[in-house]
Amino acid sequence: MTTHPQTNTAAAPAWWQETRAAAWERYSTTPLPARDDERWRFSDVAAIDLDGYDLSGAGGQPMDGGNVAALSPFTKTKYAASLTFVNNRLAHRAPLPGDLATKGVIFCPLDEAIEKYPQHIQAYLQKHDVALGSEKFTALNTALTTSGALLYVPKGITIATPLLLKHIAAGDATSVYPHTLVILEDNARATLVEYFASAEPEARHFASGVNDLHAGPGAHLTYIGAQTWSTNTLAFQTNSIVAQRDARILSLNVHLGGRLARHESHSRLQGPGAHSEMLALTVATGAQKFDQRTLQTHQAPNTSSNLLYKNALLDTAKTIFSGLIVVDPDAQKTDAYQSNRNLMLSDDAESNSLPGLEIQANDVRCTHGATSARIPAEQEFYLQSRGIDPESAHELLVAGFFEEVLAKLENEEIQTALRAMIEGKFKK
Amino acid sequence: MQPSEQPAIPDAQAAAIGIDQSAGDFSYDIKYDYDAGNGLTENTVRYISAVKKEAPWILDFRLNALKTFLAKPLPTHWATRDLENIDFEKIRYYLAQGQKPKRTWDEVPEDIKKTFERLGIPEQERKYLAGVEAQFDSEAAYSNVKEIVAKQGVIFMNSTEALREHPEIFRKWFGKVIPTSDNKFSALNSAVFSGGSFIYVPPGVKVAQPLQAYFRINAENFGQFERTLIICDEGSEVTYMEGCTAPKFSTATLHSAVVELVALKGAKIQYITVQNWASNVYNLVTKRGLAQEDAEIKWIDCNIGSRLTMKYPGVVLKGRRARGEVISIALANDGQHQDTGAKMIHAADETTSTIVSKSISVGQGRATYRGQVYIPKHLKGCKNNTECDALLINTNSRTDTYPAITVRGDKHATQHEASVSKVSEEMIFYMQQRGLTEAQAMSLAVNGFINDLANQFPMEYSVELKRLIELEMEGSVG
Repeated sequence: MTTHPQTNTAAAPAWWQETRAAAWERYSTTPLPARDDERWRFSDVAAIDLDGYDLSGAGGQPMDGGNVAALSPFTKTKYAASLTFVNNRLAHRAPLPGDLATKGVIFCPLDEAIEKYPQHIQAYLQKHDVALGSEKFTALNTALTTSGALLYVPKGITIATPLLLKHIAAGDATSVYPHTLVILEDNARATLVEYFASAEPEARHFASGVNDLHAGPGAHLTYIGAQTWSTNTLAFQTNSIVAQRDARILSLNVHLGGRLARHESHSRLQGPGAHSEMLALTVATGAQKFDQRTLQTHQAPNTSSNLLYKNALLDTAKTIFSGLIVVDPDAQKTDAYQSNRNLMLSDDAESNSLPGLEIQANDVRCTHGATSARIPAEQEFYLQSRGIDPESAHELLVAGFFEEVLAKLENEEIQTALRAMIEGKFKK
Repeated sequence: MQPSEQPAIPDAQAAAIGIDQSAGDFSYDIKYDYDAGNGLTENTVRYISAVKKEAPWILDFRLNALKTFLAKPLPTHWATRDLENIDFEKIRYYLAQGQKPKRTWDEVPEDIKKTFERLGIPEQERKYLAGVEAQFDSEAAYSNVKEIVAKQGVIFMNSTEALREHPEIFRKWFGKVIPTSDNKFSALNSAVFSGGSFIYVPPGVKVAQPLQAYFRINAENFGQFERTLIICDEGSEVTYMEGCTAPKFSTATLHSAVVELVALKGAKIQYITVQNWASNVYNLVTKRGLAQEDAEIKWIDCNIGSRLTMKYPGVVLKGRRARGEVISIALANDGQHQDTGAKMIHAADETTSTIVSKSISVGQGRATYRGQVYIPKHLKGCKNNTECDALLINTNSRTDTYPAITVRGDKHATQHEASVSKVSEEMIFYMQQRGLTEAQAMSLAVNGFINDLANQFPMEYSVELKRLIELEMEGSVG
């Protein structure tokens, strides 16, 4: 593909067409990652073969609302509003209640936002490159996304109930380009749940997703992303997180699907008192490969961040965690933590941990830790002596291992839904 | 190769590569590429080999290494770009035998003289350490040591002698723990190596006193590319110390050693280094040990001087229940980058390893920990514990930590913990309350920070190390 596949069909404003054309140019001129790129050294670069995928984002038939709803584990959770995309097209929409809309809250597809609220898109969309290696894929996302969404919450508004975004890939060889832009103005509060899934458990899908999460001064954002892509999906997802003065952002990413799933997340703490809580849970089974890259950049004094990435590894699965805490010279009184815990449940699984620190201010408390170990033999023996078979024992132990992270969520319904998703992985 | 009466290397070229033509009173009947210009050429390598009267296999080894060195890129895709400032063309790769340093004590920079004085190093030693003169008295002392250990069957000599006298033992392990192609600098060393120690300890022999190097390598005082090989046969034990706490006043800008340790079944090797090079030296050293069944290798590595140090002592845990340990202290002052760390390659069941690293960044100094722990597939019961602590003294000090831990399988346990902090204000305040100046308090706090590690050094080293840290800390606060 040398020309932008959607050039002729796009009916977007000129500035957006230009943005997309520039992104396409970046995509076309950026080479695929190679192993000699330090940021991909531990990745299975050979597994990135884009041949055979329809990268236009045009494939597949729309699904009806009923089938789509059945694909989500969040059916029992109450939502203020939801948007569902299937193969990049809006398939279902539950609009915001009238009171939130009148207060100026916006929750709409990106296409609509480009038309109606260009100022938000221009000011925030892809303003911060994650810069952790997947530049090619984020460029592709900007060039092709039609399944994006905008959540905008004005100053001082709290949305008590979570909002839901769903992205489904259906059919064979299809590609999806979810793009989520969240803007919380001063002291606003919201929770957004994003769900990514394949309609067929073994279809070949390609996903390239981007999130831009902005929390203005004093704002509180909870973002939960959970994916159950098919076991043949190549999935790239980048999160850009910006927290201004006294803002708090909690982001949790649950990784269950994909053949090779790479997730990059960059938090920028830009104002004093800003805090970013970065969490991830991964169940790696079969021959799955999960590659997680994180950056915690402290750019202002008195900021804090806490990262906890937990991986459970079974079969011949492989995980990579490469994280870095960067403290800028004037970011004194930074308090940063980073932890990667790997639970090894198979003799053929492989975990790689690269927790890093780059500290240029001296009055800081920065620590990191990484562990990789099996379940203590006594615990395993205890479960077996109670008649629990090894597989169920693994499931129970993983559930227990993950609970520390899930407990950080305040919404019980979401916790329950995530537990069900994780259990579901063991049922397959 | 047949010696002939022809002059081997033209004077201009000899001067450029730092060869004193008069020292090598021989030449070859072969054609040289006279246009090779300055820097490291095949001629340089052939010359070194000839001066040392080496066997043909060593020359071949060197020449192959030269090819590897020239072909390999600098590792600046992950390491500091400061490496690009090394001008390989200007480096003097070999100072021929017999040529004494033409220096006087007056040439030694004032600050280095002061440091010698403050460390309480005797006049004679000072001159030796500054490279002003060779220490013939210590040559005698060395002979004594040599005699004592020789009675136990221990072979202890410089690498050049050993290659001549014990090729059968040397060749078996030489370049086996660290292959020439390991990295650009191990290749460089393999091409131009000179000096360094060779130790062989026979089965069951436990060498009582630590063997020291720096009073010994006077025959090749300027071996900036030394090559050390230590082999401990089954059940034997040795402790080896190199370097010293005093600064090395060096006109050279590149030190690139290769150190290989081989601990056979049940053997124990402890290798202690205190590096305090002058602040213009690139110290790029490759150190690795091979530990067989039940063997133990321990690196105690202390880096204080140099402009840039890149050194990651490692242990390949090749036999069951082998143990590896790295204890590392780094102090990075203004204009210095201490890029140090450790590698633990587990290659057998029930192998265990420990890494403890402490670094201090002063002024605009930068300390980097880089580590690798690798447990490949189908091993059982391997364990690693890594602890890294970094202390930042000034607002513009910098520290980085880049560990890489790969674990395959469910029968191991690895743990890595790192922390970065500054000296607690309460602690400084408390000491100031007791009448110490802020600088004294800071110095004491820093010594406290490394105390448990410094105590693992032999006593006189530990004392000098602490004094040196006090010196380095002076003027860093307030």
